[in-house]
Amino acid sequence: MEQVRNIGEPILVVENVSLAFGGVKALQDVSFDVCEHEVRAIIGPNGAGKSSMLNVVNGVYHPQQGHVTFKGVRRQDMNSHEAASMGIARTFQNIALFRGMTVLDNIMTGRALKMKTNFLQQALWWGPARRDEMQNRHKVEEVIDFLEIQHIRKTPVGRLPYGLQKRVELARALAAEPEVLLLDEPMAGMNLEEKQDMCRYVLDVNDQFGTTIVLIEHDMGVVMDISDRVVVLDYGQKIADGTPDVVRADKKVIDAYLGVTH
Amino acid sequence: MLYRETGQFKTSYAADQQIFPLRQDRIGVVATLLVAFIVVPLVANEYWLEAILIPFLVFSLAALGLNILTGYAGQLSLGTAAFMAVGAFGAYNFELRLEWMPILGSFALGGVCAAFVGILFGLPSLRIKGFYLAVATLAAQFFVVWALTHFNWFSNYSASGVITAQRIEIFGFYFLTGQSKYLLVLAIVTLLALAAKNMVRSETGRAWMAVRDFDVAAAVIGIPVMRTKLLAFAVSSFYCGVAGALYAYAYLGTVEPDGFNLDLSFRILFMIIIGGVGSILGSFLGAAFIVLFPILLNRFAEPFANAIGIDLPSGMSSNLELIIFGGLIIFFLAVEPLGLARLWQVAKEKLRLWPFPH
Repeated sequence: MEQVRNIGEPILVVENVSLAFGGVKALQDVSFDVCEHEVRAIIGPNGAGKSSMLNVVNGVYHPQQGHVTFKGVRRQDMNSHEAASMGIARTFQNIALFRGMTVLDNIMTGRALKMKTNFLQQALWWGPARRDEMQNRHKVEEVIDFLEIQHIRKTPVGRLPYGLQKRVELARALAAEPEVLLLDEPMAGMNLEEKQDMCRYVLDVNDQFGTTIVLIEHDMGVVMDISDRVVVLDYGQKIADGTPDVVRADKKVIDAYLGVTH
Repeated sequence: MLYRETGQFKTSYAADQQIFPLRQDRIGVVATLLVAFIVVPLVANEYWLEAILIPFLVFSLAALGLNILTGYAGQLSLGTAAFMAVGAFGAYNFELRLEWMPILGSFALGGVCAAFVGILFGLPSLRIKGFYLAVATLAAQFFVVWALTHFNWFSNYSASGVITAQRIEIFGFYFLTGQSKYLLVLAIVTLLALAAKNMVRSETGRAWMAVRDFDVAAAVIGIPVMRTKLLAFAVSSFYCGVAGALYAYAYLGTVEPDGFNLDLSFRILFMIIIGGVGSILGSFLGAAFIVLFPILLNRFAEPFANAIGIDLPSGMSSNLELIIFGGLIIFFLAVEPLGLARLWQVAKEKLRLWPFPH
């Protein structure tokens, strides 16, 4: 199955983005690019603006300055719906599953944009709505197989342990067949085995579907192992950008993480 | 032992996603429908049909409407009675002013009017949530009743806004007896309940629940949050509107705007709290409970009090009703927020294992 990973042209370009909440400058003049098929990590100490960066990319926050170019479309403001329909999916730092629904229903919501029928057809069920449902169920089952969560298909997500919930959230994002997948701390709070599993899934997604991955993670071992390039943010500013080896050796990065005596 | 899925293998997604995947459930539903359509009209007398079963069905439909909005889409509403009023007065006016209009068309158009009013008063939900939204729907409650009373055109210039529903006639057949009205209401409610069940198990319902559970995450995976909320208001109000039309035409015969007051809205809200928020079955259980309970209490409170040697003052049973309702609502909110439907589900899960503990 192993494919040759060929990293392509930049698919997502962030240019001079600044975002402030009142007096708090969450992001200041941040620029970086993400190439097709690569695994790109964003790291930085707490409060560095990593999650804000993802929120800008998929339209939850609207930056005061700067532009985001995705697949050749350059814009300052994106709303979440547009981002989703252009092929950006994401997971959240604190699990954002629909707690009242089963695993299957949660993952099916990931197909929302692929559903072609309207509510009147669905009220009748027979005919187009049923066909639509079955076709999308088929896709969802592929994702379920891929992430090995067949046994919990019909379980309400609220009853699942944390590690599995994280995996279901990944499944929901994957069900949308995204071109870019934004992962906000996918390994946070996991034990070693769960982390290893999650790393394997992330790499497999990247390998087999060719999905571009942007990842925020605090576990440096994971970041250095799986990512192609790393952006480092600190206090809303970009302080380093490059391959893991370059970033690891960067003086500013070491200072930001370990502190520096003045 | 009896309630088990053992041996029922699903070999296609269609079989797995059918409306009632368990054979026992299918048998149960078919049996209930057979009893409701054939046995009940044969054995029940006029009093039971007209005073208990028809209001039960009408309130079930209204509760179902509110449940779609509050239970599935998570938008709290106190305007249920207003949407019912729009449905009732809408149907009345279509029937009055358009001679060629069939009665079922009037009911449906009454529902459509209610849907538009629902969308209008649902607009604040795009910006506000929870209690604040409840207050906005409260405005709908007062505004609609005021408008129907104030503008006599709606009640065809009758004194104090009272309207008398026209006779129900379909293809020359008049629905005059309790039996025929009951069957008509039952058929409408069954069809609409099936449609609701279909909606909540497909994309529409998933979108409603997603918006209820986590609106930001819903937006991020591409669910149009605004459209989903407004659709919930529209569908919910349509159901309430049809329920209102049936309330006027099949149950009371004469209604006035003041009959659709806040009390009625609260009654329907209690139905879904007791029956089960976010459950189709719960709407029926809740309506059954609230309609039947006062009747049972009336019948049995006095004999019971006499038996234990207390002399109940007259009118006490209606006070008792309020006390017990209040207590029950607090009980359900605290102990089982998902209501009777949840208790039924727990019972089913227990039955799967019974008589073994594990």
